[in-house]
This record gives sequence, structure tokens and C-alpha cells, in this order.
Amino acid sequence: MSKFKQIVLAISLSGFSAFSWADTTLLNVSYDVMRDFYKDYNPVFQKYYEAKYKDKLSIQQSHGGSSKQARSVIDGLEADVVTMNQSTDIDAIVEKGRQINLGWEKKYADEAAPFSSMQVLIVRKGNPKGIKDWADLIKPNVQVVVPNPKTSGNGRYTFLAAWGAALKQNGGNEAKAREFTRAVFANVPLLDAGGRAATTTFMQRQMGDVLVTFENEAEMIAREFGRGNFEVVYPSVSIDADLPVAVVDKVVDKRGTRKVADEYLRYLWSPEGQEVAAQNYLRPRNAAVAAKYAKQFPPIKLFGVAEFGGMKAAQKKFFDDGAIYDQISAEIAKKR
Amino acid sequence: MATQIAHKVVTTEAPWVRYTLTGLALVLISFMLIIPLFSVFFEALHQGWGLYQAALVESDALAAIQLTLIVAAIALPLNLTFGVAAAWAIAKFEFKGKSLLITLIDLPFAVSPVVAGLIYVLLFGAQGWWGEWLAEHNIKVIFAVPGIVLATVFVTFPFVARELIPLMQAQGSDEEQAALVLGATGWQTFWYVTLPNIKWGLLYGVILANARAMGEFGAVSVVSGHIRGMTNTVPLHVEILYNEYNFVGAFACASILALLALLTLAIKSYIEWRTEQQAIADRRSATQA
Repeated sequence: MSKFKQIVLAISLSGFSAFSWADTTLLNVSYDVMRDFYKDYNPVFQKYYEAKYKDKLSIQQSHGGSSKQARSVIDGLEADVVTMNQSTDIDAIVEKGRQINLGWEKKYADEAAPFSSMQVLIVRKGNPKGIKDWADLIKPNVQVVVPNPKTSGNGRYTFLAAWGAALKQNGGNEAKAREFTRAVFANVPLLDAGGRAATTTFMQRQMGDVLVTFENEAEMIAREFGRGNFEVVYPSVSIDADLPVAVVDKVVDKRGTRKVADEYLRYLWSPEGQEVAAQNYLRPRNAAVAAKYAKQFPPIKLFGVAEFGGMKAAQKKFFDDGAIYDQISAEIAKKR
Repeated sequence: MATQIAHKVVTTEAPWVRYTLTGLALVLISFMLIIPLFSVFFEALHQGWGLYQAALVESDALAAIQLTLIVAAIALPLNLTFGVAAAWAIAKFEFKGKSLLITLIDLPFAVSPVVAGLIYVLLFGAQGWWGEWLAEHNIKVIFAVPGIVLATVFVTFPFVARELIPLMQAQGSDEEQAALVLGATGWQTFWYVTLPNIKWGLLYGVILANARAMGEFGAVSVVSGHIRGMTNTVPLHVEILYNEYNFVGAFACASILALLALLTLAIKSYIEWRTEQQAIADRRSATQA
């Protein structure tokens, strides 16, 4: 019996050791594909922080779909900082949970987005279907792999990119843009819930002719599946996807971590932070770093979500229940 | 139960019908169960033993395994105690609201695990009923170990009780009554009469509950918060590794769960065999008496 008690004690103690900490800790709640960036960024920041403050810092991370992660923060996940792929997820925390104060996007430069990405087209080796631009996505024999715009920021950016590109082509004709976007989504055989799942569908299960995803995700595919297995096609015009960050006011005030949380985010704009971003194929804001890595970022004509009056307006117009995306899906379903 | 009837052909179908049906069943089983199980170990090991080991001793994986063990170690004794108490009350006594109690015990089987998790978010979440009070007193329930334990207890709740109720009902309360008449206290009756009778059924229920506790995904996913190295259990860790294209890591962790399943099956078969032996022995002593 005493042996049993010892074992129980050992197990419970070892359990507590995993959940107690002596150093300053920071919880960064992020979305799934950002893990690779923060895996590189965290040690760089930790080194800087420890040298400056002579204090050990440990950084905890949580990953999942962007909107799901925002929901967890609203429900009380004690994130010191959130790093999302669209501003609406942070706005949701402001509105529904009130853990972040209004005006978060003004606290840092560039609307609080330290770097950006854009939607690119990924095709099979040799580009057998000859896909060069958005217009090729509506060809009848082309299958497009895109995550669901209802559940993923990645899918929303793709929808907006297709819509915006069609607007530019047709001199701002909304009806033509709607028709074009519907034709693109009519070529989507199935909608995955998130960007990672869409990549797995395209690369692992070898479904579809073209995958529309973030530029930095293309680099992840190259690292995981080998560079020779696919080609990246830059369309003539694409959407600028700002990836915003924010300090969670309520949590940092309670935990007394505001200073370190603020510094953690501010450092993203430092030359060191921007360099790590560029190495992960996120387009940096810093001009010097951008120039250094210019070769891997072909200059593309970009438009922002400002084109649609900001992400919030776009959400309302296109992605809310019963809005344009739902109407288009219903039309596609009827045709099939 | 082993049948005592000697080999006697009871079917009248033609042999080819029997063989085709058996063959179909075997094909189905191998496609649905054996090949997937094999593939887990194949994917985990096909890039070498070294990578497999490295994936398991990685600190986040170790933390996930540790958390899973802790959660099971807390959830199981709770379920054991309450399961035995509930089964005892239901099988040996008559009282008002008994059928309501049985229905409540079955509730976790009927409710989707995701809903089970959401229930706790609605109660303990920052926007939930008790969220504000908990935050004021700095008590963390969801997105921490207590929430994961709660969700696990909820989904594993029926296993022990469900296993024991029919067993105890079949045994009746004659032996307990005899013990009481002979002057045993309630506790003595339970300890020396009831418990020895149900021990194999009890163990069986605990084993099943354990398998579920360690393997639960849906309910735990909702309340975990997915903090690496802190609130990820093994099933959650598997999903995250898979999403990060770390297939070796994902399948290595999955193989741990699969091994657990196989171990559970082995113990379960052993217990079934023991119960059968005991039943035969009981019958023999009954006929001799």
C-alpha cells in the first residue's frame, strides 16, 4: 500500500511540476499555420529579452483554426497576446469578450499587422492545366481546392481575391464579379474546414488541379513535400492579407505581463523579427529586410481588404449567414 | 458463455453461402479494423525506429502523455466510487426516482462529446454562468486541467455503473440479506459479500472507462485550449502534429493510443475468461450442494 501511495504521490507531483513555473511566462494564442514562424521567432525574442532584462522568459503556444482560437480567448483562455490571420477575429474578442480594448489596431504600426501574405495559386508539377491567372480557375476541366470561407480566414481571402480580381478585370462591375466568383467555387469539389486541411487534400490525397492558399503556406509545402512536386503561380493581381496581432488587455493587466507582452509584439517590427518573417516567406514591412529578400517575393499588384471597406464590412457583405457567399453556394448546389 | 452442446451443424444453408458470408465478413473486418490498425504502426515506424523514439520523447509529447495519465488517474477513482455507489443503490434497493437516476447515468452515452464539452464552457467559461466569479477568485477550470478532468469524468461516467447494474441485479440481494441477518454491518456486507461477487465486472468497467478516458477527443478538445505542453492530451496532440505535417510524430503518438487499445482488449479478454471460469465454478458448487 505504501508503495502504491508513493507512486501516486510521484505521479501527482510530476503533474504539478508541469503546470507550475518560476519564470515569466507568456501565452501566445495563434492560428495553426503560424506555428512555424513563431517556432523560429520565439527563441530570437527570448534571447533578446533575457539579455535585456536578465530574466528568463518561457513562451507557451496554442494553435488551431483562427476563429476557433478567438472563441477560446472569448471563453476565457488566458492569452497574453493573440496573433491571428484576420482582424475580424480580434474584433470578435473586442466585441464578445471585451478582453481587448477598442483601438487595438492603432497601438502598433501598419494597422498592427507586422507582416502580410497573399493568395497564390499552387499547381501540379509542369502546370499540366496551364493555369496562369484567376481567369483559368473557371475553366470547365479545372478542379480548385480551397478551404471553406465560412470557417477559415484563408478561404475568405481566396474568395475576396477572386472577387477583387474580377472587379478589376470588369471595371468594377459587381454582377460580373459575382458571376466569376460563383464559377470559381463551382469548380471546388469539396471545402475543407481550414487551410492546413486543404493543403493535405491537395498534396497528400492528390486531389484537384490548383490549390489557392497563402504565399507562406506554399513555402511550408515545399519544406514538407519537396520543392519539385509542385509549382507556385503568381496571379496578375492578388489580395494583401494582413496578419494582425494584439495584446489581450484584460489578461495582461491581471497577470502583470503587459510590458513583456507589448515588447514581444513590438519586437516583431524589429529588423531581427522582420528577418525571421522573411525567412518564413511572410512579406516584411521593413524596407531594408524587404530589399534583402526581394528575390523570393515577386512584385505583384495587390489590393487590400480596404477595397471592400475593411474586413468587418466584407464579413457582413459576403460571409454572414444568408449573405453573398451563402447565396452563391445555394446556386451552385441547385445547378449540380 | 461456453455452450455445452457438442458440435452439431445447426445451419441448413449450402456450404458456399456460409463460406461467402464468412469471407465477406472477414474482408470487411480486415478493411475496417485490421488494415487501419496496421497502418498506424506502419506510418509511425516506416521512417525508422530512431525517428519514432525521438517523436515520443519530445517534450510536448511527453507532457501530453503525462497529462493523459494524470487525467485518467483522477477520473477513474471518481467513476469507480460513484459507479459502484450508483449500481449498489439501483440494484439492491427500491426507491422513488430510480428510473430517473438510471436515465441520468445513461445521459453521457446519449449526448455528443462536443456538447458535453460545451456544457462546461457555458458554465465555467469567461462568458459563462460562473465565469465572472471564478475569474474574480482566480480559479481556472476550463482551458486547464480541472476542465479536462471534468469533461473526461462526464464522458466516462456510465461505464462502471452500466457494467455493474445488470450483474448486481442478476445476483439479487439474498447473500447480502443473509449477511445482515448474521449480524454483519453494512460496510462488512459490502466488503466481504458484494465486492467479491462483482470484482471482475468492476474491473471490466474500469478498463473500458480507462480506454475512453485516455482516448477521448471531442469533449476534451472543446475545453482544452490546446496549449502545447500544458493542456494537450495525447489525442489532441495527435491532431495538431498531423495538421503540422508531422506525420511520423502524429502516428507515433497514435500508436501509443493503439497499443493502449490492444492492451485493453487483452485485459478485457482475460477478465471475460476469468468471469466465465468463475461462473462455471459457481455452477459446479451449486449443483454439488
